[in-house]
Amino acid sequence: MIIAEKKPIQEIIEEVQNFDRILILGCNECVTVCEAGGKKEVEVLASALRMYFITQGKEKVISEHTLERQCDHEYLEEIRKNIDDYDAIVSLACGVGVQFAAEKYLTMPLLPGVNTICLGANEDRGLWTERCQACGSCVLARTGGICPVSRCAKRVLNGPCGGSTNGKCELGPDTDCAWQLIVDRLKALDKMDDYEKIAPIKDWSTDRAGGPRTVTREDVKI
Amino acid sequence: MSEFVSASRLERVMKAGHLGVTSECGPPRGSDAEEVRKKGMLIKDYVDAINVTDNQTAMTRMSSLAACIHLKLLGIEPVLQMVTRDRNRVALQSDILGAASFDIPNMLCLSGDHQSFGDCAKGQNVHDLDSMQLVQTVRHMRDEGKFLGGDDIKRPPKIFVGAAANPFADPFEIRVPRLAKKIACGAEFIQTQCIYNIDKFKEWMRRAVDRGLHEKAFIMAGMTPMKSVGMAKYMKKKVPGMDVPDAIIERLAGVEKGKQAQEGIDICVEHIQQLKEVTGVAGFHIMAIEWEEKVPEIIKRSGLYPRPEL
Amino acid sequence: MKIPTNFRIVRLPCTGKIDIVHILRAFEKGADGLYVVGCMEGDCHFNQGNFRARKRVEQAAKILDQVGVGGERVKMYNLSSGEGPLFAQYSIEMVNKIKQMGPSPIRLAKQKKATAA
Repeated sequence: MIIAEKKPIQEIIEEVQNFDRILILGCNECVTVCEAGGKKEVEVLASALRMYFITQGKEKVISEHTLERQCDHEYLEEIRKNIDDYDAIVSLACGVGVQFAAEKYLTMPLLPGVNTICLGANEDRGLWTERCQACGSCVLARTGGICPVSRCAKRVLNGPCGGSTNGKCELGPDTDCAWQLIVDRLKALDKMDDYEKIAPIKDWSTDRAGGPRTVTREDVKI
Repeated sequence: MSEFVSASRLERVMKAGHLGVTSECGPPRGSDAEEVRKKGMLIKDYVDAINVTDNQTAMTRMSSLAACIHLKLLGIEPVLQMVTRDRNRVALQSDILGAASFDIPNMLCLSGDHQSFGDCAKGQNVHDLDSMQLVQTVRHMRDEGKFLGGDDIKRPPKIFVGAAANPFADPFEIRVPRLAKKIACGAEFIQTQCIYNIDKFKEWMRRAVDRGLHEKAFIMAGMTPMKSVGMAKYMKKKVPGMDVPDAIIERLAGVEKGKQAQEGIDICVEHIQQLKEVTGVAGFHIMAIEWEEKVPEIIKRSGLYPRPEL
Repeated sequence: MKIPTNFRIVRLPCTGKIDIVHILRAFEKGADGLYVVGCMEGDCHFNQGNFRARKRVEQAAKILDQVGVGGERVKMYNLSSGEGPLFAQYSIEMVNKIKQMGPSPIRLAKQKKATAA
């Protein structure tokens, strides 16, 4: 899922300074699971902002609402009937949701309330880690199910580099060496012969480098 | 057909069966070419070629290619080091042609230290290719005479291409398969990370020789003299992929501070003498960073001077 | 030892039931201080409830600092259910601390607004 982190409250305070009626808009999917932008986070942010502006002598009207998702038209439409109640919306959805909402409500300032960090998994309570870079051409079959593009700091496709130490990346003890993980997995799968297969130069045109990506499914369109 | 792939003296020395000797110089953090020339002149009679590092440890310096050109114009043979961290495949091929236009005959292909180690930690990194794919690219440009995109190259580069190897990085069990892979990609010479753990290196070498890799590429042992016990401790703890046995640290610590540098050089010379006897060692790559003035002494005392006449 | 009377007790089955927003809303409505009293750490009847509560109290304190209300106004205490005198002691400690800190800026602002109207 998409992992995000709450923006520091100071940043959000600055974003909303000049607006009087603000909607804090949460999302019930990814950002709820990573505890950054769901209903609970909406409530906390709204309460904190109210208190801040009261102590500053500038009371604002801060409303709260959480949609199922902000990346589908149907859900974003739900706020249209009350849209004139607000001067600005702080969306706690990921970057996708903020933008999709902005496209829908052209004259409404749409401000981000979280920093979208990565595509990742919930490794442990309170720990979310990156797993996928959406490169568009998945090589996981060749690397024992561990991605060198997203988990290697240098996205080395024939790794590891010379900096791998004790299973950790040269970046530091908090980062696993992806290639150590791959070698361990290939051993477990009894596929160490695959290690010496040379991974060819990658076609990065399906990655961000090729431009904003689109997926079209003619078979699904009506 | 010529048996040599380039005009490289390094290639000729090792193919003639002699031990090859290279050293290293780091370009300055400024635009004064005189600094490059000075270092080159200090060591040129003691080596077959001089490596020029490429923004090493991700600290921005004068480009390796420019520094190589300055050396070449002085009649000194360079080894162009190129990392994949900072350039995409367009720039990599372009710089290779730039080097070839000055007849720079040697290249070493590397990934490069992560930019967070250097002075631009907030920058992007590229890694369009990895170091092995860069080796393949040089070979492709040289042997097929074509760009990666398929078009013909006018006056293809004639470059003797090498790669780096680290016998001490983890995981140990794939270090020789990794060496095999680099050679399969087309690496013709290998320079290793600096060696302090002689036994571990010998084990790595033994496995490489078992697979016949020493006959497919020239494996040059990397050596760096320790300047002090402080340097030894730093390298042991802070430099990734480095193996410094405690015995070395104790030996340096056992000598008073003013004499540690000389002890470090003595250790280096002893190690070279030992490794000369090891099957598969085709030469030495002496990295005395910011201590280039000691390189002549090391090479002389190791019995590697004068360099062979060809 | 007398328990002070100027505070309200809100009873919960476990302090783990507290959400950060409950703490914040109390201050939003003008509370000058809030303390959370849970079981001794390791003795929580629901396993980790009091640990969760502690983390949430810490978070709430941080937010209260960031918005200018003051994180010192919220605190967590741990005691076992039989320790009446200790409860009294903690209550007195909390009340005195809040008295020293003065009314919450939210309450002051609300009062100011009321008198201006």
